[in-house]
Amino acid sequence: MEGNTDRDVSAPAIGRRSRSGAAPRSIPKGRVVDPRDREELDRILGMEVPRRDLLIETLHRLQDACGSLSLGMIAALAERMSLAMVEVYETATFYAHFDVVHDGEAPPPPLTIRVCDSLSCELAGAWSLLEELASEPSLSRVCRVVRAPCVGRCESAPVAVVGKRAIDRADVAAVVAAVHSGEVEAVIPVFEDLDQYRSRGGYAALGRCRTGELTREEVVDRLDRSGLRGLGGAGFKSGMKWKLVLQSPGPRYVAINADEGEPGTFKDRVYLETAPHRFLEGLLIAAWAVEADAAYIYLRDEYPHVRSILSAEVGRLESEGIAAHGFIHLRRGAGAYICGEETAMLESLEGKRGLPRHKPPFPTQVGLFGRPTLIHNVETVYWLRDLIERGPEFWSGQGRNGRTGLRSYSVSGRVVSPGVKLAPAGTTARELIEEYSGGMLEGHRFVGYLPGGASGGILPASLADLPLDFGTLEAHGCFIGSAAVIVLSDRDDLRAVARNLLRFFEDESCGQCTPCRCGTEKAVQLMSRDSWDLPLLLELSAAMRDASICGLGQAAMNPVLSLARHFPEILR
Amino acid sequence: MNDAREVGFELDGRPVSAAPGESIWEVARRLGVEIPHLCHRPEPGYRSDGNCRACMVEIEGERVLAASCIRKPTPGMKVSTCSPRAESARRMIFELLLADQPALEQAHDPKSAFLGWSRRVGIEKSRFPARHHAPPAADRSHPAMAVHLDSCIHCNLCVRACREVQVNDVIGMSGRGSHARIVFDMADPMGRSTCVACGECVQACPTGALFPATRLDESGLAVQGEERAVESVCPYCGVGCRLAFHVVDERILYVEGRNGPANHNRLCVKGRFGFDYVQNNERLTQPWIRRPDAPKRADDLVDPRDPSSRFRPASWEEALDAAAAGFARIRDAHGPRSLAGFGSAKGSNEEAYLFQKLVRTGFGSNNVDHCTRLCHASSVAALLETIGSGAVTAPFEECARSEVILVIGANPTVNHPVAATFIKNAAKRGATLIVADPRGQALSRHARYKLRFRPGTDVALLNAIIHVIIEEGLYDRGYVDRFTEGFDALAERIRPFSPEAMAPLCGIDAATLREVGRTFGRAESAMIFWGMGISQHIHGTDNSRCLISLALITGNVGRPGSGLHPLRGQNNVQGASDVGLIPMMYPDYQRVAKPETRRFFEDLWGRELDPNPGLTVVEIMDAVARREIRGLYIMGENPAMSDPDVAHARQALATLDHLVVQEIFLTETAFHADVILPASAFPEKLGTFTNTDRRVQLGRPAVRPPGEARQDLEILQELARRLGLDWSYRGPADVYAEMRRSMPTLAGISWERLEREGAVTYPCDDEREPGRAILFADGFPTESRRGKLVPANVTPPDEVPDDEYPFILSTGRQLEHWHTGAMTRRATVLDRIEPGPTVQIHPSDLERMGLKPGDPVRVSTRRGSIELATRADRDTNPGLIFIPFAYFEAAANLLTNPALDPFGKIPEFKFCAAKVEPVASRSAEPAPRA
Repeated sequence: MEGNTDRDVSAPAIGRRSRSGAAPRSIPKGRVVDPRDREELDRILGMEVPRRDLLIETLHRLQDACGSLSLGMIAALAERMSLAMVEVYETATFYAHFDVVHDGEAPPPPLTIRVCDSLSCELAGAWSLLEELASEPSLSRVCRVVRAPCVGRCESAPVAVVGKRAIDRADVAAVVAAVHSGEVEAVIPVFEDLDQYRSRGGYAALGRCRTGELTREEVVDRLDRSGLRGLGGAGFKSGMKWKLVLQSPGPRYVAINADEGEPGTFKDRVYLETAPHRFLEGLLIAAWAVEADAAYIYLRDEYPHVRSILSAEVGRLESEGIAAHGFIHLRRGAGAYICGEETAMLESLEGKRGLPRHKPPFPTQVGLFGRPTLIHNVETVYWLRDLIERGPEFWSGQGRNGRTGLRSYSVSGRVVSPGVKLAPAGTTARELIEEYSGGMLEGHRFVGYLPGGASGGILPASLADLPLDFGTLEAHGCFIGSAAVIVLSDRDDLRAVARNLLRFFEDESCGQCTPCRCGTEKAVQLMSRDSWDLPLLLELSAAMRDASICGLGQAAMNPVLSLARHFPEILR
Repeated sequence: MNDAREVGFELDGRPVSAAPGESIWEVARRLGVEIPHLCHRPEPGYRSDGNCRACMVEIEGERVLAASCIRKPTPGMKVSTCSPRAESARRMIFELLLADQPALEQAHDPKSAFLGWSRRVGIEKSRFPARHHAPPAADRSHPAMAVHLDSCIHCNLCVRACREVQVNDVIGMSGRGSHARIVFDMADPMGRSTCVACGECVQACPTGALFPATRLDESGLAVQGEERAVESVCPYCGVGCRLAFHVVDERILYVEGRNGPANHNRLCVKGRFGFDYVQNNERLTQPWIRRPDAPKRADDLVDPRDPSSRFRPASWEEALDAAAAGFARIRDAHGPRSLAGFGSAKGSNEEAYLFQKLVRTGFGSNNVDHCTRLCHASSVAALLETIGSGAVTAPFEECARSEVILVIGANPTVNHPVAATFIKNAAKRGATLIVADPRGQALSRHARYKLRFRPGTDVALLNAIIHVIIEEGLYDRGYVDRFTEGFDALAERIRPFSPEAMAPLCGIDAATLREVGRTFGRAESAMIFWGMGISQHIHGTDNSRCLISLALITGNVGRPGSGLHPLRGQNNVQGASDVGLIPMMYPDYQRVAKPETRRFFEDLWGRELDPNPGLTVVEIMDAVARREIRGLYIMGENPAMSDPDVAHARQALATLDHLVVQEIFLTETAFHADVILPASAFPEKLGTFTNTDRRVQLGRPAVRPPGEARQDLEILQELARRLGLDWSYRGPADVYAEMRRSMPTLAGISWERLEREGAVTYPCDDEREPGRAILFADGFPTESRRGKLVPANVTPPDEVPDDEYPFILSTGRQLEHWHTGAMTRRATVLDRIEPGPTVQIHPSDLERMGLKPGDPVRVSTRRGSIELATRADRDTNPGLIFIPFAYFEAAANLLTNPALDPFGKIPEFKFCAAKVEPVASRSAEPAPRA
């Protein structure tokens, strides 16, 4: 259309009316699907026309087959699914794991090395690993090195992921070796399979529910009395949630949040990769309890080994008749921390960008596909079998320092033996370090800790004797969240720690609301200056806390608030 | 206000009450409490999104603030709109956003809503650094709209405008976080995207990031000036959108949609960006009279910029005298039937009324018609025959309540773009959409059933669907018994038309036909939309009869969500027909042939009237060719472009003894004129216009006609006086008053009421009534009060492809160009988007001929041939080609078949046999961009 050259083919010499004098359009407006892309799509998908909610799954299939997503392929897929190109494009570009290749751009190298730069890994030297890998000549042509948010292996920091293979305590030599030996697939750990699980009494609890030996009311009552609260971070009373879901007319769904992404958290991964059936039985019990029509598992893309395990074991459950065919939908995330927010997860399950929804209405009333939905964290349902078999006292009878229940603390940072520590709820940071984690690393003096991952704030060592549980830290401006405890020492620069956390939130903000989208970005800029404008940062914090749509933006400034409150000396 | 569902709560300490569904923001606004808002647009069709957080309020007992635009109050809730916490959060939002804006003096729109609110909350500058990554560069690739994302605040309004309101699905938000970015398609430049330039995004944008290009100067800043807005309606198509012309320095600078009943603020590319034709320097600004040394030639081409090659300037007196004297001479020498007039469906009701009155009383015959003959004549014939009324039974907006919507032989996203948005809204809401058309179209993406049937096999397709409904007992027995006649005969006649028998004919498999029949038959409510694809066939009346039968046997007339809706093509084709601009009827469809009717009009008009119906458009041209008609008065029509087999029409025009053309441009028809009278364009005149929904609306003048150009009503009156008629209307209101005396349907619609309300639907019996939108809930205006079921047989098209002419040629419009292009091709933006003629052809056909998209070809039929560029388009099936008829330089109607439907007298514009041959490119330049 541009240009002013006269290229009309048939205009007579007089009476011309086209003022632009441009040539007529030779194709309709906008991009036209290239027949070769259409053929390529046929090759990958066959005759299948994917449902709208399977868009992200389908993008994964295309990217797995082609290495990346060209605009041509996106256009062809949009045509196939009767979607507008932009609907596919905006979804594809929202998720970090999709490589959308624009016209004229070179596709990415076949192999990607992701170096985790979240706090535990940064403390363990992720940045120097990143730099060394980026300048490693033997890698430059065959792969690309990118930074990645928490990959959920904080106990083994620093971590690099070569293709799908995670390298714990990574160094350049180990990464190069993996690349050159072609070991780029996920390693499947030894786990308790269906036969083993059943031989140890597995699925008996589910059976008792299904046969009517236990009524729905009894099970809900047990859950109620146990005091089990949601273990994903929000701590909502599980029994109450079931009742709320049951109050809304069906069809209902269960959705399991396996998008563990809070930096420092890795407990769900450990449970899923060691005892998947305990989780699956809990899922089926919950689905039975709320009379769900289907159950969805939203599993983060960073856990491909868990995906293999679950996909195989769900298949076995179906062939053994424990789960109806197609009842459990295993869905794959695509690299977006925000999808751990329950309503963003619902959007993602529907094949869209992961933007948190406004509440009310709550998912218990209007959830997946607009239906009442029971959303649980992996660990929450993991404990259901025990609650049924051992009664509510199994949970309510445990606890420490005046608290009840159990917590799976993900401990990382400057301790001798980091890892998932199953301990009574209310265990203190000092107890976790001393009793469960072998004390501080040599040469490190305990100065502070993050009680609840990136969002939960930072507490000083002087407050290391607080019981760690829901509701115990709020008075100090912090919360336990997913119980990811990251231990800091005198060798750590706390301002750098806070900057790391804010950079994470900036990267992972969905961008929907102003305070979070702009606030995280401005905060990182302000915090990258030698001297912090603390009054402005505090004003910004207040607005972000008060006005952000979801927990990400509301809690993003907790590191700054914590430093101002508990470590004022370092901000002077 | 004591509704049980009312919610009592506290707003800033005072007890207030919210209507059901009302948000806190809405309650506050109703009570005069101002809360800033950016992403919330309190206009129809816009969902509150609550993302900008500029409207936060504090609710007692809640941990965080709430967005008042989406939050609904609950009983007893205590809301503070002005707590320090709420106010400081809101100020912070503006301060954050302002940090990333261009400097104030560089603001693209200094009057933007964003800057206005910023000032009002007291934020003039920001303490924050600007974003650390540069905003995308300015995108000026689109001729109508400028994109400056450095002003974007990510409020998402443009996305909702594009995706939820107009459902054109071009704009989206890509990426995430601070890298989130508005994109067109896949981050394509707007001008190279699938954008159809409806401009809804521009109207919604609160910052000027999306802005009409015409409003910006060279440096991308808004043009400033004294501005006035004139509320009027859109002159393009039958939808009848309400709009406001924004006039600066007596020129229309830009146009905005207004909340009219038909459009709810929405417009399309023509309505929003297609107005500078009014200011085009080719406008006729003085009368012209044919030079004696310029004989008429059928193939004459005149440069519209220079009429002096064939005409000489004349004074109004001289021109009017010449025009009238010519008619008088012929009338007196050859009798009244030797004269005829073509009025216009683009002019006002008053103009159409006076025009037919002039022909009937001044010329003395009923030889008056207009382009309705070429668009819905067959639909009207069938509707009058079966249900006794030629207009729609329900407004298009009614589809919001339909369970099933059938769109057949229509391409509303192109021809009725704003009506199409409501159909798309309904499909998104969950209505089952069935799109039946030989060509693919934008609407198809939203359709559950996309029936691309073989051209010309409408009856086969529809009979199969009716067959399923009757044979499977899915028809509405109660309705059929009460309100229809002829069912048994239809049931008998439909028996052979099983889906299995029809599938090979129409090309849709039997299983799909059955499914569609069941879907339609089982629907609680269904609405049928159709267009020229149904009507412009020699079996157009049969096609319409099938659709009417389909609606009648399923009881889908007269109820919410139901109805028959032939989408009207021109802005006032409904009104022009209503006021008698047709040869067989006086105003309000009162038959010329009925003596008592004639006597009524003879009394009203004070003249004796011809008792015989006159000739139709195509018949008039044939009579001209036979020299039976020697004088023709044409006001605002262009038969030299719009008639079928236009070479024949041009030949006829050139043989006329006396042709008077009243126009705004020197059209192809005016090439053959004896006298040319410069007239007024739409935005220059006052009058009423009736849309496809039967809504009578007021159009108001925004600018004055250029030069000596005059109001059409004035010209009509001057001619009438010279033909011995004693007319003295002081203006449109006078004409309307007289018109209304002869039109019972307008009883309740006075001129004053229209001035007050802008739009009223007819029929309307009383000034206090709203007008009846849905008709025929309890019978039809037929003698039996029943709707007639008329069976239809499969008739092949008049001219089918053969070895010599292997392609099927179909013709029609395209989005940017209206009718014969006289207006739209002179509108800068529209011309830049669609600058030249093309033949749309399937890529595989192109490839077979060894051609590339854009290569020139010669398209020929038995009537003529044209040369034009190809456009590769998969929406056109192999074997089918499509040519828009707006381009004089490759006039599609040189090719079309003048064969007529026997009932509606409508030509078969949608089907003839053609051949396509490559021609050598005239220039060595490469083919246009692919």
